[in-house]
Amino acid sequence: MGLEFIEGNEAIARAAVKAGCRFFAGYPITPASTILSHMLDLLPSEGGVALQAEDEIASIGFCIGAAMAGWKAMTATSGPGISLYSENIGLAIMGETPLVIVDVQRQGPATGSATKGADGDIQFARWCTSGGLPIIALCPATVAEAYELTYRAFNLAETYRTPVFVLSNKEVSMTCEAVDLEAIELPPLVIRKRPLEGAPYLPHQFERADEVPALADFGAGALTRYTTSTHNKAGRLTADPEIIQEMIEHYAAKLEAAADDIALYRYDPEEGAETLMVSYGVTSRAARVAVREARQKGRKVSSLVLQTLYPVPERALRRALAGVRRAVVPEMNLGQYRREVERLAPAGVRVSGVNRMDTTLISPSEIMVRGEL
Amino acid sequence: MDAAVLQTYMNKEAGPLPFCPGCGHERLLRELDTALVKLQLDPRKTVIVTDIGCIGLSDPYFVTNGFHGLHGRSLTYATGLKLARPELTVIVLMGDGGCGIGGAHLLNAARRNLDLTLIIANNFNYGMTGGQHSVTTPLGGRTATTPGGNLEGPLDICATVIAAGAGRVYRGMTHDADLADRIVDGVRYPGFAVLDVWELCTAYYTPQNAMNKRELAALANATGMRTGLLVEKARAEFGAAYRAASKTAKARPRFVIEKAFESALDRQVGIVIAGSAGQKVRSTATLLARAGMLCGLDAVQKDDYPITVMTGHSVSEISLSPGRIEYTAIDKPDYFAVLSEDGLKKTRKSIGRLPECCTLYVDESMELPDTKARVKRIGLSQATKALGKLTTSVVAVAAIVADAKLIPAEALEEAIRRYQPPAVAEANLKALQKGLQLVA
Repeated sequence: MGLEFIEGNEAIARAAVKAGCRFFAGYPITPASTILSHMLDLLPSEGGVALQAEDEIASIGFCIGAAMAGWKAMTATSGPGISLYSENIGLAIMGETPLVIVDVQRQGPATGSATKGADGDIQFARWCTSGGLPIIALCPATVAEAYELTYRAFNLAETYRTPVFVLSNKEVSMTCEAVDLEAIELPPLVIRKRPLEGAPYLPHQFERADEVPALADFGAGALTRYTTSTHNKAGRLTADPEIIQEMIEHYAAKLEAAADDIALYRYDPEEGAETLMVSYGVTSRAARVAVREARQKGRKVSSLVLQTLYPVPERALRRALAGVRRAVVPEMNLGQYRREVERLAPAGVRVSGVNRMDTTLISPSEIMVRGEL
Repeated sequence: MDAAVLQTYMNKEAGPLPFCPGCGHERLLRELDTALVKLQLDPRKTVIVTDIGCIGLSDPYFVTNGFHGLHGRSLTYATGLKLARPELTVIVLMGDGGCGIGGAHLLNAARRNLDLTLIIANNFNYGMTGGQHSVTTPLGGRTATTPGGNLEGPLDICATVIAAGAGRVYRGMTHDADLADRIVDGVRYPGFAVLDVWELCTAYYTPQNAMNKRELAALANATGMRTGLLVEKARAEFGAAYRAASKTAKARPRFVIEKAFESALDRQVGIVIAGSAGQKVRSTATLLARAGMLCGLDAVQKDDYPITVMTGHSVSEISLSPGRIEYTAIDKPDYFAVLSEDGLKKTRKSIGRLPECCTLYVDESMELPDTKARVKRIGLSQATKALGKLTTSVVAVAAIVADAKLIPAEALEEAIRRYQPPAVAEANLKALQKGLQLVA
């Protein structure tokens, strides 16, 4: 196609269509609203449906229904909307529903600054549901990554039958950049595993705990069931503690076992590095500039830029943390992901943050100074 | 489905229904079964969506597909299922509790008119959680949370959904002889059909309030909530209307930008344009970015404006670079144009911090705060007096392009021709020429 000048939200919408998304429902909220308008523009001519729902709860509810009827579905909101999605996200985890949830983060808490960027939902996305079961979350730094990671989010949702977050930021979603979407390398499209025709079907069938069950779409053939209550593999209510435990372990195991496959990151090691820079999202752009300038000053710094935030890419973090004396984690929040780095850091490695939550980007020079580079 | 006629849609393997003795839910489900037998729907193409509450236990007792969702949200899942697969018959079972917590969905399902059937098992209280009051608890009704009698008036569900536009609305009692037929009518209605079915909750509401069949009828009379078919009218079904409208839908055109000019720019520069709503600041910033891309430059644009978009400031930041732009904020602008008092007010702090290497373009008459920037006064207001407010930003950007020589003026001209509608382009090409002459 060639170079275009588009915002991150347009890239997200176009990636969704490229990934086969045919259902979108959302409720207006800055800075996610333009995903709704782009999907309203794109989906009807693709034979899909894009809707403005009456509220955020209905938005994700529509999407869960459509996803279970066989369509790839996406919804988009910002922090206040994730609060309202929370209960349904738990439902999607429990029902093993493939679903992409875009959170274009803005300055919170509460209404906060509606038109300003932040990365304030990093732990919220992970822990937003009652029960605290794991989810997948990807975090783009650029318009091009917004495209790539949204596409990948659909593949992950289909592969693991789970809701997948794209944790964008107003600074990525509403910033326009020069980008050639067709030049972005994408993996092959994943279609959900469907049950064998004629075989008895259980909606949550697995032998090993980490196995992802086949999914029969509502109305496609096999009779199926979906429920918000604790259930067995047949999707029938159960109060049997053994079965409940088995199902809970399954929801967690299927993601934990795949953590290495889900992990996307850019590791840029420096021989003999004393410092590791761990960054993600739009702040990683400043972090990379800071690392480059620090190296020009003769500092030994490695850089690990995470595109997958959950499951935490523990292997990559452990490897990068081995041998350094300290790690610096710049974030547009009060230090949310730093705690993940801290828990993985070997004894003696000092982990510090460069944190700003005033709606502005953290600059390379601030990372240099406060990160002692 | 094989051709054999189904004698029942109840799932024998699920065992007996789980409700309290005398509970209206059991009677309602038997009537639903009778209705399904009359309809002879393919169970695989039928979904019973249930809400939370005792009625939410119902779906596993049928041989259809079952979807048991969150409290009050059953209509939302039903909407997604039906939009994705219009061939499905979707029947929603919800209690009066669900009508309260999910009130917004009830109203909007009525407005939308998607082909769903909603059966409300209305027993005037929350039976699952201990008999608390609901939106339909009658005035004076005794419940666990209205020990002195309910002081809030009950919601007339039928009147409410009728006001919201529901196409088919029926009110009845679980013991009505024709209830199964009325369910059949509801399912066959090609739109959103509501059945408000009054019931006895034998665990709580009925013993607390000496309720019985006769009292139910008396309650309907006393409250003026009529029973029977209340509304039936033809309305466009939402799903069909959406699909029909989609047939002619076309996505917006896209602009591909190929290099056509050369730029001598050898470093990343940051340009800030601070003006007012209505001065076309954002679209002009996009023109400049695209013009830069026509010269093979990387470009980034960020905008800042209040949520009341037609008033107040509008500030755009454009970065241009021969290499890849990493950090997207402009902490030290190279070029800064202030187009209005709104723009000045919004950026006053930034102007005070501008570095010496920055060139600040302002109108001849504008009063500026102290700044280290090199100030260039240009006849902006004079120039736009003739051309109109809409061209202010193009005049200013043309002046910057001419003065700073970031890109050839021809690239900006080409961007205007390619990416703006003809009528707008015509005015902006004049503005471009004016701006190019402003800086001598």
